[in-house]
Amino acid sequence: MTLNTASLPARIRADIDRFGGVLWLPVLLAVIALLLIGQPSTWATLTIAGLAMGMMIFLMASGLSLIFGLMDVLNFGHSAFVTAGAFIGATVLAWLGFWVTGGNPALNLAGLLLAIAAATIFGALAGWFFERVVIRPVYQDHLRQILITVGALIVAEELVLLIWGGAPIPVPRPAVLTGSIVFAGVSVEIYRIFAFLLGILVYVAMHLVLNRTRLGLLIRAGVENREMVEALGFRVDRLFILVFMAGSALAAMGGAMWAGYQGLITAALGSEMMILVFIVVIIGGLGSIQGSLLGAILVGLMANYVAFLVPKMALASNMLLMMAILLWRPYGLLPAVKR
Amino acid sequence: MTMAHQHAAAAKTQRPSLTKTQNWPGRLVVYGAVALIGLALAFAPFLFPDVRSQEVAARICVFIVLVASYDLLIGYTGIVSFAHTMFFGLGAYGTAMALKTMGPGFEAILLGGGAGVVAALLLALLIGLLSLRVKAIFFAMVTLSAASVMMVLASQLSDFTGGEDGITYSIPKLFSPATELLTDADGKALRVFGVALNGKLALYYFVFLSALALFLTMTRIVASPLGSVLKAIRENEMRAEAIGYRVVFYRTTIFCIAAIMAASAGILRAVWLKYTGPEVVLSFDIMIDILLMVVIGGMGTMLGAVIGVALMTLAQYYLKDLMALGAEATANLPVVPDLLNPERWLLWLGLGFILLVYFFPSGIAGTLMGKGGSK
Repeated sequence: MTLNTASLPARIRADIDRFGGVLWLPVLLAVIALLLIGQPSTWATLTIAGLAMGMMIFLMASGLSLIFGLMDVLNFGHSAFVTAGAFIGATVLAWLGFWVTGGNPALNLAGLLLAIAAATIFGALAGWFFERVVIRPVYQDHLRQILITVGALIVAEELVLLIWGGAPIPVPRPAVLTGSIVFAGVSVEIYRIFAFLLGILVYVAMHLVLNRTRLGLLIRAGVENREMVEALGFRVDRLFILVFMAGSALAAMGGAMWAGYQGLITAALGSEMMILVFIVVIIGGLGSIQGSLLGAILVGLMANYVAFLVPKMALASNMLLMMAILLWRPYGLLPAVKR
Repeated sequence: MTMAHQHAAAAKTQRPSLTKTQNWPGRLVVYGAVALIGLALAFAPFLFPDVRSQEVAARICVFIVLVASYDLLIGYTGIVSFAHTMFFGLGAYGTAMALKTMGPGFEAILLGGGAGVVAALLLALLIGLLSLRVKAIFFAMVTLSAASVMMVLASQLSDFTGGEDGITYSIPKLFSPATELLTDADGKALRVFGVALNGKLALYYFVFLSALALFLTMTRIVASPLGSVLKAIRENEMRAEAIGYRVVFYRTTIFCIAAIMAASAGILRAVWLKYTGPEVVLSFDIMIDILLMVVIGGMGTMLGAVIGVALMTLAQYYLKDLMALGAEATANLPVVPDLLNPERWLLWLGLGFILLVYFFPSGIAGTLMGKGGSK
């Protein structure tokens, strides 16, 4: 094989890909930010905040991305699950009262886990209902899907307003997770560490399910070529509903986590997060869990760095990031399928 | 011949070859309704002289342009964009900022509005070329993100845009209620059928006639060869490309045209309201309104836009009153008053919308006239 100039960029790209390729983007971003910020301790705090935020966004985005990948359904109502999860989490936390705010760390954690579990279970059930009633009649029809899910989003938001009212609701944060620890001059909020760990846990679990189980194999096969899986005799529609429930549950879990992080929630929470979630899904590439994680971390880091450096540009910066990445790779960084 | 008849006449030429005779009663109803709406709007200051009705009529005029331009995208071409309020806002903010800094004058409207339209065009071109080659769903997400960034920018660059408070400004003197267009013997504004011929009337007709001109331009566009290509792209993108039409080029073109139309509607809105803020031109609620109006009226029919806007706007202004009455009447029941609370009207609208998309995906005009707007 002769080496000519035309194949050179391709060879370089192949080399980059072999060593992780786009996975180094967050590191690159962090290094650039370190140079711009200058103070390592501030930078470390921002980086950890960005990672934690990224993990919570990942929870919300991964479900959306997977649902799209497998079912070719873009659920604009996804943010309704985030909002519902946040409010249910907040309600359970408030309801448990002393469990959460008291001095017993074990009870604190149990209370928080209960709240998250309640939100997640609700998300799964609501997802089941949503898939059955709202989405099933409009498979294969993108325009009507978008319209129907937007309609469902309106209804869901109104229902949240009906039940919880329009005033912002305070979310009690478990006593054990309040405050921050100082490590080598870097102050870190404990809740952020918790959020980060939970995100990692979910990612690892999803990764294992998708790559090590028969169910995961079927899901990945379905993402790649649905007709073929159907032709082999598997009930893809049952997979659909399972994935939809899981995706909705993750969104609700992310919402509950975000509620605890914010401390004060309104019914607009879901729609506010949805913009970031969409950006993450676009950056990461539709249908890919790894892509969602990468996109979420990039977006989380970017949001925190820019909020520190140029506060007014925080959301616009992520938009610009998305534009740049779309110019470079029109299907996102790590798409599962190119359609 | 009245304006409304021109409406109907222009629309009739829209698809002459596809006229289905068996649907003539439905078509008659649609044309009749549109003619009625057109007549009502043309004589609104004389028919409904109170201030609130004037507000409703002007809003309907502006939204007909906005919704029809959105229908160019979603109904005729099959592009789902959530950035329409962004273009609307660009036109409105351009006009508002120019009127604020240059003082009330037509050159400010022309210059500021023109700048807004050009900005909308450039942005549409950028977004279109960047992302119209990918799938519909992708495009929907990109436009949604772009629109929300624009909203954040509008509220954060408060030195230029007034932030959340928006901009209040005065408009050319010709349009102020104190201006008399014609004076009677006493030197007061001449009254015709009890309506004073003052600046307010001039302003209404400025809005109405501009909206009419823009609407007729759009009905002309969809009747042109360009319109046929767009429908071909909507029906089968691959085939359109195979026949030799560059799909990306046509999509970007119509996206730019729709952006220009939306920005022009923004100018009208800004001039009528004498106020521009994120709530009235940029908010996501307005985007939802536009979407609902297009779908309720009927995607892929210009007349549907008129019907959808009129119905929705009337519902917005008057259904709430009705719901308040219902809530009062049922105040003793447990849950019902909460459900009938006027603030929850979107709940009912959302439910109605879902049912409509299920059972009548081609909307009111589309169903009656027997032509589906989209697949």
